[in-house]
Amino acid sequence: MMEERARQAEDGAGFIRIENVSKSFGSFKAVDEVSLSISKGELFALLGGSGCGKTTLLRMLAGFETPDAGRIFIDGQDMAGVAPYDRPVNMMFQSYALFPHMTVEGNIGYGLKYEAMSDAERKDRVREMLELVQLTPLAGRKPHQISGGQRQRVALARALARQPKLLLLDEPLGALDKKLREHTQFELMNIQYKTGVTFVVVTHDQEEAMTLANRIAVMDKGVVRQIGSPTEIYENPKSRFVADFIGSINRFAAAIVYVKDGIAVLDCAELGQPLQARAEDGFEPGMRVTAAVRPEKITISRERPEAGNVLSAVVHDLGYFGKDSLYRLQLPTGKMISASVVNTRRAGENERIAQWDDAVFLAFDPASVILLRD
Amino acid sequence: MMERALPPSRFGQWFNTSGWRTIIIAAPYLWLTAFFFLPFLIVLAISLASNAGTSPPFQFAAEAPYVHADNFRRLISDDLFFRAYIASILNAGLTTALCLLIGYPMALALTRFSRSVRNILLMLVILPFWTSFLLRIYAWIGLMGANSWFNKGLTALYNLITPDAYALRFIPMMNTSFAVVLVMVYCYLPFMILPLYANLEKLDMTLNEAAMDLGSRPFQVFKDVTLPLSVPGIIAGGLLVFIPASGELVIPSLVGNSSTPLIGRVISDQFSYARDWPMAAAVAIALLVLLVGPMMAYTHFESRAQRRPGDDA
Ligand SMILES: Nc1ncnc2c1ncn2[C@@H]1O[C@H](COP(=O)(O)OP(=O)(O)OP(=O)(O)O)[C@@H](O)[C@H]1O
Ligand SMILES: [Mg+2]
Repeated sequence: MMEERARQAEDGAGFIRIENVSKSFGSFKAVDEVSLSISKGELFALLGGSGCGKTTLLRMLAGFETPDAGRIFIDGQDMAGVAPYDRPVNMMFQSYALFPHMTVEGNIGYGLKYEAMSDAERKDRVREMLELVQLTPLAGRKPHQISGGQRQRVALARALARQPKLLLLDEPLGALDKKLREHTQFELMNIQYKTGVTFVVVTHDQEEAMTLANRIAVMDKGVVRQIGSPTEIYENPKSRFVADFIGSINRFAAAIVYVKDGIAVLDCAELGQPLQARAEDGFEPGMRVTAAVRPEKITISRERPEAGNVLSAVVHDLGYFGKDSLYRLQLPTGKMISASVVNTRRAGENERIAQWDDAVFLAFDPASVILLRD
Repeated sequence: MMERALPPSRFGQWFNTSGWRTIIIAAPYLWLTAFFFLPFLIVLAISLASNAGTSPPFQFAAEAPYVHADNFRRLISDDLFFRAYIASILNAGLTTALCLLIGYPMALALTRFSRSVRNILLMLVILPFWTSFLLRIYAWIGLMGANSWFNKGLTALYNLITPDAYALRFIPMMNTSFAVVLVMVYCYLPFMILPLYANLEKLDMTLNEAAMDLGSRPFQVFKDVTLPLSVPGIIAGGLLVFIPASGELVIPSLVGNSSTPLIGRVISDQFSYARDWPMAAAVAIALLVLLVGPMMAYTHFESRAQRRPGDDA
């Protein structure tokens, strides 16, 4: 036991372990048999739609909810029966939950009030935190006298002041506007890097999760669907749910005809022609699968290109988003496909690759095709 | 033409030009003037007159300035009044403190129940109002009597914990200051609970969780978060109990003893037995100044304190 703990502390793996944790409200399973292992110093994201149990899982880590089943370990210590005020965990609440009757300084220092430390140490720590989030000039203000972005930073500083082993952040950027969000994302990553505290961030914004986190757990209806790095989750989703949830994707129902040299040839009625896809181990001829391609992996051209998969299509619709354009294209079978094109050149309305109702060719590599079992 | 183009503002124009707005805003002020300020002026005037055998039994001085402060001079010199004020304020203060001590946990507990249970419990708090105030006091008189089950039960309990030498047949409760405070706390408790509940119910529970998350134990959370944020409720409930309690007449005269008269009783006696309206009026005015003065000072400082942090923003 002692050895195990020492070993874990050394390489940091399994610093936080969630083992088969479940939680029901009445007959409703909010969190269902979740197991996660988070390393020390990691910035881990819990990603999922509204009501999928992210906050519930976070509240169990903080100690506000008791798991019905399963166990939670933080730095090797079993958290069962440990009250929130005794846990080496701090939380940044979605609504920030700043104390309205205390100043910025009072809020940040509150967590140190009952800590065994001298007044001088306490003062130093608060000053350090104020500097970390660049709020020193506002130390004497009350929460209602500062902006939303500043409040977010006070909440962060307050949660970090106790130097927790684990910091939980529930939708930390949820209340900020888009511009401020992007800026704050990097600030958050920077602070995480500086302090070295393990962060678990809850978000329903996939872009935010991808930007922030080293690793992401995608949740759906109380279940963790996939855990991996942003790249893994995006490029190698293991299920239709994850593929759909992260970014957008074109899907086709298909059946494997044969597999040769790691390339599967698929029969695909929706495309009206065979499809080539890179197949990992375990994909056998005869299997029914879903083939999926991301819009940005598809190129559009006027002349027939050389590629593993080439389709002809007609432009049905196009949308201009500044940095890229999204095309909706119709195949001869009637199936609609999305393709996005980065606008690398500065071009006028009439200089695009293709216009409405133009006939074009679509091409994508077999390696870009994701095969999903369900 | 123009009128048809702007139908919504037409009502607004009519409303403004016809002076309705002024009338609606003025109505409460007229009410206050007619039923509070004028009577107050009348009472003030009477307090500056002399007692007389006429009807109504007061008379203003015959020559300028027609008024005098003799009644107030007597008020200060006669320590009967002084003692009555002190007794009333102590009595009201004790009642308020006990109401707060009992009402605060009740109001706090109310907020912790589910909405449906909460409504039933709130109904129970208000329910006593549906019975006549006098009837409830008479019920207490019955309960406090020597032969009631309430008195017998308390006596048995008392005898159980005290040595036999001090055993009692019954506890003399009626016509004591204890009885006055007991019945006053009972009657005024809802006036403490309701504003406190309204205040506590609005508090954000995530603040409590945040404090607990930051290492505070439940009592520390209460002390640092709930209590300071409920100060407005405590003040509202406190005033709602303290002000009527300091002028209370009925309860002390029914269950209290006459050796320490309270101010309500003094006013009533001056008015009806002594038929000294000017003196009664002076006592009432002094009470009002005594109560309203600190209150106005408080609101003044409070609003200054709230403005100050904003000024440097
Ligand atoms: N105290 C509770 N009582 C009953 N049901 C609850 C309670 N707390 C949460 N739930 C339910 O559990 C489910 C998961 O809730 P949770 O707050 O964890 O969702 P979430 O993933 O954080 O969603 P969001 O992104 O909207 O915040 C929801 O369907 C919710 O209705
Ligand atoms: Mg949530």
